[in-house]
Amino acid sequence: MPILSKDEAQTILKKVLSFSTADECDATLNGRTGGNVRSARNTISTAGALDNVSLVVTSYFGKKSGTATCNEFDDATLRRCVQRAEEIAKLAPESPEYMPLLGPQQYTESTKAFAASTAAIDPDYRARQVGASTALCDQRKVTSAGFLEDMAGFVAKRNSKGLEAYQQYTNVEFSVTVRTPDGKGSGYAAADYTDASKFDAARLTRIAAEKASSSVNAKALEPGKYTVILEPNALLSNVDTSLMAVLMGSLDARSADEGRSFLSKKGGGNKKGEKLFDERVTIYSDPMNAEIPDITFAGDGRPQKRVTWIEKGVVKNLYSSRYWAQKAGIPDLPPPGGWIMEGGTQSTADLIKGTAKGILVTRLWYIRPVDPQTLLYTGLTRDGTFYIENGQIKFPIKNFRFNESPVIMLNNLEAIGKPVRLGGNLIPPLKIRDFTFTSLSDAV
Amino acid sequence: MKRRDFVGISGLAAGALFLPSFPGFAGDLVDPARLLEPGADAAQKKRLADAGLNAAKAAGASYADVRIGRYLNQGIFTREKQVQNIASTESYGVGVRVIANGTWGFAATNTVTEAGIAKAAQLAVQIAKANSKVQKEKVQLAPEKGHGEVAWKAPIQQNAFEVPIKDKVDLLLGVNAKALDLGVNFINSALFQVNEQKYFASTDGSYIDQDIHRIYPTFSVTAIDRASGKFRSRQSLSSPMGLGYEYLSAKAADKVAGPAGSNVVGYKNSYDMLEDVAAAAKQVKEKLTAKSVTPGKYDLVLDPHHLGLTIHESVGHPLELDRVLGYEANYAGTSFATLEWKAKGIPYGSKLVNIVADKLQPGSLGAVGYDDEGVKTKRWDLIKDGKLVDYEKIRDQAHIVGQKESDGCCYSQSWQDVQFQRMPNVSLQPGKAKLSVDELIKGVDKGIYIAGNGSFSIDQQRYNFQFGGQVFYAIEKGQITGMLEDVAYQANTQEFWNSCAAICDESDYRLFGAFNDGKGQPSQSSAVSHGSATTRFNGVNVINTARKLG
Repeated sequence: MPILSKDEAQTILKKVLSFSTADECDATLNGRTGGNVRSARNTISTAGALDNVSLVVTSYFGKKSGTATCNEFDDATLRRCVQRAEEIAKLAPESPEYMPLLGPQQYTESTKAFAASTAAIDPDYRARQVGASTALCDQRKVTSAGFLEDMAGFVAKRNSKGLEAYQQYTNVEFSVTVRTPDGKGSGYAAADYTDASKFDAARLTRIAAEKASSSVNAKALEPGKYTVILEPNALLSNVDTSLMAVLMGSLDARSADEGRSFLSKKGGGNKKGEKLFDERVTIYSDPMNAEIPDITFAGDGRPQKRVTWIEKGVVKNLYSSRYWAQKAGIPDLPPPGGWIMEGGTQSTADLIKGTAKGILVTRLWYIRPVDPQTLLYTGLTRDGTFYIENGQIKFPIKNFRFNESPVIMLNNLEAIGKPVRLGGNLIPPLKIRDFTFTSLSDAV
Repeated sequence: MKRRDFVGISGLAAGALFLPSFPGFAGDLVDPARLLEPGADAAQKKRLADAGLNAAKAAGASYADVRIGRYLNQGIFTREKQVQNIASTESYGVGVRVIANGTWGFAATNTVTEAGIAKAAQLAVQIAKANSKVQKEKVQLAPEKGHGEVAWKAPIQQNAFEVPIKDKVDLLLGVNAKALDLGVNFINSALFQVNEQKYFASTDGSYIDQDIHRIYPTFSVTAIDRASGKFRSRQSLSSPMGLGYEYLSAKAADKVAGPAGSNVVGYKNSYDMLEDVAAAAKQVKEKLTAKSVTPGKYDLVLDPHHLGLTIHESVGHPLELDRVLGYEANYAGTSFATLEWKAKGIPYGSKLVNIVADKLQPGSLGAVGYDDEGVKTKRWDLIKDGKLVDYEKIRDQAHIVGQKESDGCCYSQSWQDVQFQRMPNVSLQPGKAKLSVDELIKGVDKGIYIAGNGSFSIDQQRYNFQFGGQVFYAIEKGQITGMLEDVAYQANTQEFWNSCAAICDESDYRLFGAFNDGKGQPSQSSAVSHGSATTRFNGVNVINTARKLG
């Protein structure tokens, strides 16, 4: 049931629209199936499975709208769901930001966001992968905690103006933290894939175990400004806020125009078109990228296409709601799903080789906003931080707290490595000068 | 930014921009009238639960519990003169947890029939047996006698769902109008209401019916100086509470004046949203021109609405026994307060520091009669006279620390998530000697008074933290002398609590709430309160957070 075909989904959605008596009606089906396994202390701690399809119906009477949901699809339930959305709409206040529903749209056909190998994952597969991870830690006499989650899903949309959309997708992600038995070393690895045939939990666990062993007996350095090499897991996270995600999450036109964003201009307006970053910074989104294939339409039905957000350090586009795009007279762009930061060919190891003095940061953690005016964030290094001298890692160092803005960080760019996939994005390791560490932490 | 977070509900997405994550909104969107319709009665639920317990035992479970949950939520979101969204949701289903072959298994279903629940129970046993093949330690449960057929209801005066939506919208739009009249550029306001109708049954012989309510009114105002491009925000000083709509009754007796010269008011069991927004409008404009702090060591005087979050992060979390033991290592982290560290008797804080865990406190977010594994709730000491004396633990953890009793702090955010150890209310006890905020401040030569919670960050073992706030005032020679900006303090948990120099008396004590505390993988949300009175900490490192772009 969770993965309906295009025909099965559209048959249900057509029926939903046939029950509508509203001025406009929008219906979306979301289906998802998958499971997860959690481990700690080298054994499975919990396991779960999820299997659900839900229908969301939004009805409009003039500028009033109401939304209802259900997860059964017999005629009577569908009819009740539509009636409920209409009853709620009639009671709702008029929205001054009402926009008529979109008509038919052209979406790029995408089949690569779905992989049969991932959709076929079963409890045995999960136990085998997690078992390989914990067995490796048993052999090495280290302790691991990990999380594996997989899903296969689909989204189908249809509205009374003739819009029709459908796409399937899959995703599997794994993360593991490995600690030495004395509690003095810790390492982490995380990755995600559309196609599970690329996934190997033991390979990732080995990386985390090596970081754990090599981070034992860390020395303290004085806090201050340092040249750092930030690995992809220090720039993006599957589980927490991250410096690059907050930057990309701040490219909203409305906040900028309203004067409450780092992109707001003195006296009014926004900084689109201005060079705000080092000229080597180029970030774009493309749902057809082979490494991060994504859904080619947004939740409100707008097409997701290739869009350049930052080019050679210049802000080229901002995303917005449909209402704000019309009001501000700007291109009608939804926020992207995944995005791609262009990079070079160097690996993290290559970046280390080219560094006279610096710090390798493998992961940043508990990142929270300090000042939205400058996009200043604070957080800490975690799971392996190392001192670099003359192109070599010399010794592990104690963790630091940082206070830094991704805007300042991308102006202090020294070098860019080769992008890798993380959280459905492509992000390169970065070498940054004058990264601000403000205090030491005893945490391992 | 997780690309799979595909939001199909456009209206909810608009509301979610204000508070980005509100997991309570899982469930079907329903007509608001549905939130007042009764659910199944206790006799029906007992029959359904027995079907699950019997099926689990028949399949080979040595223990089973069944949770039948009906979770009702309503959120109202506004900005300036408009309503952005009103969403009412209902989620109804059953979670069955079992022990088979000494291993946990869990399965859930929204087919709330005897057959549906029995099937979930059988699946839970099947999962337990499969996982038992790789299990290294058998589950040991602390004993808990069956409580028979019992009920517990939160002592609320008015169910917030009974209040017409129009009245609630009028309140929020009235708050917005006041702020706009007073010259702020933007305001978002919201009202969250939660009702958990939970039925728990176990093979120990408990059949527990509970009715729990939570409410959270909140806003954020923003002021902009167009000429300089500077903008500042101030969020409400309300707390989410385990109360009904009476929390919005704005009783004079529940107001606690902040220190002279601060224009801060604290709230106990009721909240004056209109009064707070008026103060916020004044303060947010003052923030635009406030003096930027000179970094250095200051004596901090922390208001309960601020200190609550510091207690949450630096005491509540590190004393969760599952973190201490390594079960959260891959996500939230572990803890400095290990069993070995506790055995050394190192002071957690100064002798003034007495911190209790409490699942009974009326009006608090964590108060219930029984937890989500049927344990009768209680109050217990965590830190006594500055020394760590106990942790927060549930039935399968008590034996690890040589105890025979759970603390009753097991919780699941819904019927479809497995219950696990969560933070109880964790509160700093007020000072025993009479001491007002003004008297406390009189003794401070160079300090900063902080109210409201702002930026917060702490490492994965809970040593190093950094906190901001909503409003900051300079204290010079025993008096508040004006507002400061760009303030954040950094400290080490033990140094900070050992620098605790004075705590105001009980008349100043009030609750702060964390409405949406995340833990676990997949992540679950829980709500918890933290009480304290205004407290002084000496010689804390303050940094200046102002930066320049370009």
